[in-house]
Amino acid sequence: MKILVAVKRVVDYNVKVRVKSDRTGVDTANIKMSMNPFDEIAIEEAVRLKEKGVATEIIAVSCGVTQCQETLRTALAIGADRAILIESGAELQPLAVAKLLKAVVDREQPGLVIVGKQAIDDDCNQTGQMLAALAKLPQVTFASKVEVAHGQATVSREIDGGIETLQVTLPAVITADLRLNEPRYVTLPNIMKAKKKPLEILTPEALGVDVTPRLTTLQVNEPPQRTAGIKVPDVAALLDKLKNEAKVI
Amino acid sequence: MTILVIAEHDNASIRPATLNTVAAAQCCGGDIHVLVAGYNAGPAAAAAAHIAGVSRVLHMDADTLAHALAENLSVQIEAIAAGYSHLLFAATATGKNTAPRVAALLDVAQISDVTTVISADTFERPIYAGNAIATVQSSDATKVITVRTTAFDAAALSTQATATIETVAVLAVPDSTRYLGSALAKNDRPELTAAKIIVSGGRALGSQENFNAVMTPLADKLGAAIGASRAAVDAGYASNDLQVGQTGKIVAPQLYIAAGISGAIQHLAGMKDSKVIVAINKDPEAPIFSVADYGLEADLFSAVPALVAAL
Repeated sequence: MKILVAVKRVVDYNVKVRVKSDRTGVDTANIKMSMNPFDEIAIEEAVRLKEKGVATEIIAVSCGVTQCQETLRTALAIGADRAILIESGAELQPLAVAKLLKAVVDREQPGLVIVGKQAIDDDCNQTGQMLAALAKLPQVTFASKVEVAHGQATVSREIDGGIETLQVTLPAVITADLRLNEPRYVTLPNIMKAKKKPLEILTPEALGVDVTPRLTTLQVNEPPQRTAGIKVPDVAALLDKLKNEAKVI
Repeated sequence: MTILVIAEHDNASIRPATLNTVAAAQCCGGDIHVLVAGYNAGPAAAAAAHIAGVSRVLHMDADTLAHALAENLSVQIEAIAAGYSHLLFAATATGKNTAPRVAALLDVAQISDVTTVISADTFERPIYAGNAIATVQSSDATKVITVRTTAFDAAALSTQATATIETVAVLAVPDSTRYLGSALAKNDRPELTAAKIIVSGGRALGSQENFNAVMTPLADKLGAAIGASRAAVDAGYASNDLQVGQTGKIVAPQLYIAAGISGAIQHLAGMKDSKVIVAINKDPEAPIFSVADYGLEADLFSAVPALVAAL
């Protein structure tokens, strides 16, 4: 069984982003970029399924600029077998990415697609669900445990009140939540090996996908800043402030 | 212009998130309909007819809709989408699961986690864990939106039903997904996203036993919901449904008490819109103090019990 994993290049999660002075977006020049942490969990899960003998091949896909090749090399170093970059300098919104991934699903016919539940830059939480709808596949979002056997995946997912368990017939789309696994550290030998693994480059045009954005970003602003209040010396003073100043208890 | 709000409900009643979503629909302007899709969901549909500003309740009932599976629900919504300018979902686990599927079926973009409605086609939404706010304009005929419930005050409930209830046929959808069960946390506390007071614990609590022993009495005393940082959840001190943050629950209570939480940006993203924030932490450099209205630099193991005793 093939597993397809989509990975996105995003601003590293440790970087505190700054809004550009012309308010057109956030400043990403000379900032550390990394693989979206949820996608790292997705690729790790695929590698574990291969190690268990469930999967035979893992294909990592990324959509975006040339530098996404670095993200794909990271995926290859974690354990993907080959990579596909759908190269585009255009702004790719979730619907467009889902259509590009649908084209790859049609071509590769994977038994399972695993993606991160959301990207930490646009915080959209859409692509996996959209891909599932376009490819007419069942979906399990926010997965915290995945078991695959007999053409079925049994998946626990994190919902508002606790955990829910669903069973889907493969092929299916799974979106990875934080607690699905803890991704391994990439070793130097594996980084070296990853450089030799195949990386194919396609374009949206070659796949026949229209990626025109549907949403226009009019402006990007700083959020209202919250300023630090005061330090109180002890519990009694805290209680007094809450009762008499803030009047919240 | 008519807006469809997809209700969050448990078949017997309407969840509070639905009221916030209706409030967002009121900001878009236009006639508001509410869809209650479920199984034996008559009581929930009847309750939805009491929401102020709603003119019609669409009630779909079938055993196949019992667990709000996205594959099925999205097809039902697609079937009635024509004629609606906006489809609004609460940005809850159910809404986030289903809305993008509906958007893709309609070939339109989705606008996630809307915090402000500027006009019928222009919205504000947080990006980068709330470190920036984007204003986006949609060119699609149908706007599919998930609503950040904490950003909108709940619509009122009137004592008398003001909306008509209409039964809508349910399409048969092949089931490729089976619901096997769920383990839901049972407690009598207020729902985290709707609570007026939240007491939240972090990694400094050190164990699940300590988490319960220290945080529970404080929550009991204040009638508060309990939250946790990602670090505390990852370490197994608290269950995942308590996680507050960028990828957990977004909360905005009247009072948020953070005990032993350092305040990573991902956590702050989930609670910085709280009205009053209290931080109890023994590290004077903890980032949580930079957003706290009242900071108490103290060991939580002595400060929290002292607070409980003094309340």
